[in-house]
Amino acid sequence: FMQRGLDSQTKKQLEEEEKKIISEEHWYLDVPDLKEKESCIIEERSFLRCEDLVYGRMSFKGFNPEIEKLMIQMNSKCKEEEIEEDDKMEADVSDEEMARRYETLVGTIGKKFLRKRDQRVLKDDDEDEDDEEGSSNTRPSKRAKKMFLKPQD
Amino acid sequence: GPRPAGGGAYWVDSQQKRYVPVKGDHVIGIVTVKAGDVFRLDVGGSEPASLSYLAFEGATKRNRPNVQVGDLVYGQFVVANKDMEPEMVCIDSSGKSSGMGVIGQDGFLFKVSLGLIRKLLAPKCEIIQELSQLYPFEMVLGMNGRIWVKAKTVQQTLIIVNILEACEYMTAEQRKQALAKLSGN
Repeated sequence: FMQRGLDSQTKKQLEEEEKKIISEEHWYLDVPDLKEKESCIIEERSFLRCEDLVYGRMSFKGFNPEIEKLMIQMNSKCKEEEIEEDDKMEADVSDEEMARRYETLVGTIGKKFLRKRDQRVLKDDDEDEDDEEGSSNTRPSKRAKKMFLKPQD
Repeated sequence: GPRPAGGGAYWVDSQQKRYVPVKGDHVIGIVTVKAGDVFRLDVGGSEPASLSYLAFEGATKRNRPNVQVGDLVYGQFVVANKDMEPEMVCIDSSGKSSGMGVIGQDGFLFKVSLGLIRKLLAPKCEIIQELSQLYPFEMVLGMNGRIWVKAKTVQQTLIIVNILEACEYMTAEQRKQALAKLSGN
């Protein structure tokens, strides 16, 4: 057991000697440590951030009108210029058609939900206007529906 | 050389032909593989980019976009770093396509250096302004050095392609002369 201890001691001595030799060989600077400056350099792979780039899809002289609209939209986002054209999207239905539809549509659907008394009042009004046929057509069909149909034997 | 920008940033200019995918860049990709739910696009980088079929405006599991192998797609990167395969989408953050998606039939795709793309994408680019006076045409610029052009006739398309390619080394004077000859025709 003494041998083991001796071994460890000799090992330690050897290690210490080695360290001395090595440390003498190490070079070190006498200069005081420099403070690390915060690097102001950020590595950026693309020039996307650097420059104000235009949108990549373009069309000229009316070749592709959708893209031309897009160009105006995209480029105005970047530059914040006022858009001279109207902001309205092209409606599928023109304003006039919309107004016509509304006139007739709202009226007829509205009638559906009125109570009986109001319906009679409306009917009187309608007879004065041109909607006679419409209202008179609905009357008999409603009555027909309401009446019970006897099953044929 | 280094140039100042509005935000106080400087950058170093260098001529480069090989594209490296970057998040947010809009590029033109070519569909090479249609693998189930995902497309593989060649974007000119070191590896192909992936594009999910759901990354199109109005796409659902039942309503799949009409994309075939060999189609050209204009999209932007959402993932692009050196550790992962790049991923692309054809919608922006609000879910709208805003010009991205499959690029239509016909037209001509060609490659230029990245420096020229940057010139062309600069606001109020002279080349673009001059070309736009020539014929009606449409063009898609990919940051990966790819440009797609389509004009009414094949001849017009090729003329525009040749001018753009030549802009690499032509001076402004030479370019204006060439365009003057063409518009005289």
